[in-house]
Amino acid sequence: MHKHTGLLIAGFLSSTVFAGAALAAGTHLQTGEALADDQTFTYRILDEHSSVDPQVVEDVSGAEIVRDLFEGLMNQDRDGNLVPGVATGFTTNDAKDVYTFTLRDSAKWSNGDPVLASDFVYAWKRAVDPELSSPYAWFMELMSIENAAAIIAGEKPLDDLGVSAIDDHTLQVRLSAALPYFPQMTTHSTTFPAPQKVIETHGNAWTKPENIVSNGAYILTEHLPQERSVRERNPLYWDNENTIVEKVVALVINDENVALTRYMAGELDRTEVPAGQFPRLQKEHPAEAISFPRLCSYYYTFNLSEDGPEAFKDPRVRQALSLAVDRKIITEKILAGGQPEAYTFAPEATAGFTVPEVEMSAMTQSERDSLAKELLAEAGYGPDNPLSFNMIYNTSESHKKIAVALGQMWKQKLGVQTDLGNLEWKVFLETRGNQDFDLARGAWCGDYNEASTFLDLLQSNSGYNDGKYQNDRVDALLAAAKISDNTTKLYTEVEQILAQESPIIPIYHYAGVYMMDSDVGNWPVDNVEQNWYSKNLYKIAE
Amino acid sequence: MIAYIIRRLLAAIPTILVLIVASFFLMRFAPGGPFTSERPLPPQVLANIEARYGLDQPLWKQLYDYLFNIIFHFDFGPSFKFKDRDVNDIIAQGFPISFTYGALSFLVATVVGVSLGIAAAIRHNTWVDYFAVGLGIAAQALPNFIMGPILILTFTLWLGLLPGGGWHGGQWQYLIMPVIALSTSYMGSIARITRSSMLEVLNSNFIRTAHAKGLPTRTVIWRHALKPTLLPVVSYLGPVFVYVLTGSVFVDMYFSTGGLGQAYGGSALSRDYAVLLGVTILYGILTVAVNLLTDLAYAWFDPKIRF
Amino acid sequence: MFAKSSKAAQIAEEVTDFTAVQGRSLWQDARARFVQNRAARACVLVLALIVAFTIFGPLFAQWNNEEIDWDIIGNVAAQGMPSLATGHYFGVDDLGRDLYSRVIQATTTSLLVGLIGASMALFVGTIYGIISGFVGGRTDSIMMRIVDILMAIPATLVIILLLVVAGRSFFKLFIALGAVSWLSMSRIVRGQTLALKHREFIEAARAAGVSEITIMHRHILPNLLGVVVVYASLMVPEMILAESFISFLGLGVSEPYTSLGSLISEGAGTMAYGTLWQLAIPLFFYVAIIITMFFIGDGLRDALDPKDR
Repeated sequence: MHKHTGLLIAGFLSSTVFAGAALAAGTHLQTGEALADDQTFTYRILDEHSSVDPQVVEDVSGAEIVRDLFEGLMNQDRDGNLVPGVATGFTTNDAKDVYTFTLRDSAKWSNGDPVLASDFVYAWKRAVDPELSSPYAWFMELMSIENAAAIIAGEKPLDDLGVSAIDDHTLQVRLSAALPYFPQMTTHSTTFPAPQKVIETHGNAWTKPENIVSNGAYILTEHLPQERSVRERNPLYWDNENTIVEKVVALVINDENVALTRYMAGELDRTEVPAGQFPRLQKEHPAEAISFPRLCSYYYTFNLSEDGPEAFKDPRVRQALSLAVDRKIITEKILAGGQPEAYTFAPEATAGFTVPEVEMSAMTQSERDSLAKELLAEAGYGPDNPLSFNMIYNTSESHKKIAVALGQMWKQKLGVQTDLGNLEWKVFLETRGNQDFDLARGAWCGDYNEASTFLDLLQSNSGYNDGKYQNDRVDALLAAAKISDNTTKLYTEVEQILAQESPIIPIYHYAGVYMMDSDVGNWPVDNVEQNWYSKNLYKIAE
Repeated sequence: MIAYIIRRLLAAIPTILVLIVASFFLMRFAPGGPFTSERPLPPQVLANIEARYGLDQPLWKQLYDYLFNIIFHFDFGPSFKFKDRDVNDIIAQGFPISFTYGALSFLVATVVGVSLGIAAAIRHNTWVDYFAVGLGIAAQALPNFIMGPILILTFTLWLGLLPGGGWHGGQWQYLIMPVIALSTSYMGSIARITRSSMLEVLNSNFIRTAHAKGLPTRTVIWRHALKPTLLPVVSYLGPVFVYVLTGSVFVDMYFSTGGLGQAYGGSALSRDYAVLLGVTILYGILTVAVNLLTDLAYAWFDPKIRF
Repeated sequence: MFAKSSKAAQIAEEVTDFTAVQGRSLWQDARARFVQNRAARACVLVLALIVAFTIFGPLFAQWNNEEIDWDIIGNVAAQGMPSLATGHYFGVDDLGRDLYSRVIQATTTSLLVGLIGASMALFVGTIYGIISGFVGGRTDSIMMRIVDILMAIPATLVIILLLVVAGRSFFKLFIALGAVSWLSMSRIVRGQTLALKHREFIEAARAAGVSEITIMHRHILPNLLGVVVVYASLMVPEMILAESFISFLGLGVSEPYTSLGSLISEGAGTMAYGTLWQLAIPLFFYVAIIITMFFIGDGLRDALDPKDR
């Protein structure tokens, strides 16, 4: 029962070491670096965010803003470890299906009201309320909160949700199943508190800068849609004295090349590096071009449903195609941003996941190529009976490059004919979802830092299994992993089956490839989920 | 004439209605909905969202509700993508921006284009003509998606004179690049049409007669040649005016101006039904209005024209 | 025979006779005048050269348009520039594919798209516009309101639906282009028709009993052609760029095939990264097409001007 408390204290200490205790005096207390006078952090976002309402937001750039404006029970530190947020700690019962969080008394809303356990109860009920219809309601289901699924389905009233305020500073959550990583999930924006009175007064307009009340280190001060969103220090935040960055500006710049130009002109502190440009930028700006692994996977999926091509029903064909993909060319020559090559679905960066030895990763590319030719010949495809199929991807410069390169590799090595088709995003999703393809591009980013967020995709009844892959053994292993304490063996076997049967072709795992101004301190490059908090950053004097 | 204008305004109502109905159905038949995403929503969650936006109703009912809310509440509905905002909001915020840089670009393109065209025609086959032709071709050869990056590279990165994007209430530093980029793409065409139209008019009998009567060239051109010259130019400018006023996707994309062009282009791709339909209606109203103005301009340019 | 007929019929016959003769010589005249126009002649030659290049250029290519040069990919800025030694006369694109072959294929595509697209717009728009303007009244009103509606319907949706209903193909690309581009042409033609139909010579023809259809194609059309041809020549580059948007949505040209519009926009994206030839070369062909269109359009306008006799 007290197992977690020790971890928490350690976490808390580490957060103090890294994030905390800088004074406005001009030097960072821990690192001793001189701080810049202008503590403004400006970064580029690709697209306008969907919302800054914690229960409504559904995109990454929106969640980044919400993490600054609001604070949930727990936060993540720079390595992705759990550290206290509004909660100072939590306890759990032996069955791990009841969690009790203790909230700090010093936490305040930006209008001066205290942050109470009831604010969390309100927010969590809001998240599952069919009337609000949060697109992330499923996350509450994933958290296994008692009755969440039934409430979403409209079968039970809101008040049956398994969350209650024991007193103003004690929040109790009851789960429908044991969930060891439940506390990790409270760093997700959907679980952040919401100011009931403000929402009831202003309705939908409560998130406008003039109305919004929040409990995070920053408050929203300006929002010009499709142009910029500005958040500034919240003096009422409980840990305000340790906040260094005064102002954070998110600029919407759709075109990544224009964004890079503006970065070079000094208008931005952070922007993404366009595919292929990383080596050059690293040479010219070694202190600014950075790359670190992310929790995402890029792959192609075979259509294994009834509608799929006959050829793909033969695992030898699928394996041959997977073998013939020279991943090094894609990661080093096309993307060139430090992305790891992928031979398994779940990325190496996933917490508690060791990449299993799959046969393919140990071979050289020429060994793979000759094995691919053998397998394809065995399956009955060759010069007199050439394999041909179509492959679809959504329109984008780098997807196009990878698709073309794959097609060329297969054509030159195996004599396979591919018919490339790019589709507009929504048409692509619809086509792929209806199994109206032979081979389709896919990408997946982890919802949480655990291998099941990837591997569950290939469960036969998963809603995300667009290739309609079915394997009873995989299903059984994944089900077992849900309740197991030692998942490594199970996940290893799943990945080995996937490597053998090749229902998908893993291509590469993502990297965060940024130009980051060297005066930005403490960017959490080791947080694979890239949950960053502006309050932990600082600007160094140049 | 007044009766004609009133008739046209009355005809605008069924026109817009047909536009709404046609766009509404086209939108619904396009594959993928506003909530189709990389990560498909669980059926129950999707059902809740669709119920909230009324998408679970039969199509005719949705259309009826939509029209009802517009007519009686002037409410164009909520955005499906930007959940904190509704369509009225988005248009109220984006249209003034597009209007500002659009109207300026239109003015620049028209004034420069028409002047160039006229000058080129009057001084046919002289250096003025060659210069105008060259400039017209250059303007056409540099479409927005080349112009945008070039301007930002030049003025922001190399010269450091102008901010690389943003709007800031339309301060002049933020206006220059959008206006240059947008106006050049039409300037060339306007100059070209003006030039050839003017050449044709100058060649016609009544101008020859006027010359023969001994009227000074200046008088001939201003009094007699200008109006018929501008007739096809005005036909061309009508739709251009509407495009430009409702913003350009390219300008909004490259210069982060936050205008309506982005909302329009983006909503078609994200299937944000209400936003797309709202902007389409605005677009339709402007088209009808501008085409009416164009027709009135015809009558003014050529009093013989009757409708 | 003359004595027996009424005066009106006599005039009618004269008028029709006159136009019949004049009509034939109009086209002959036009051809003669066009051939005399030096700039137009030169541009026809340039256009012929471009076409010849697309036909015979592949004979000299050392790479085809889809082959990736595995030695160069990943190091395009340093090794991919135009060079005789590597066999990439125009350099390579960002993926290490031979730009020479790709430009040839792209130019073919874009010329076809531009010319056929503009012709479709010209054909449909002119017929629609003449009828609307000439018939006038209620018909005009309804026809123009239809144009208003079509102008305001989001083109993206129309193209996406076309993709869904009909699937991807090069032929459908032309339909899509034509479908979205004839509208402004029809408004221009109608505007000119309105101005022309009250001119004395039309009134005369009508008084003489010449049929409406004959008036439209014998009298109105020739007087319109100047503006129409100039506008159509402006549309060719527009079509070439519109194609890249249509292909972006998934209808039209797909990899490994490409077009000038796509090559230019790819090149524009990377213009600051030391691979300027990727923009400059396709842009050169695009500008060459614009210039030829300009002067050919101009030459045609001069040649077709019925007043200029």
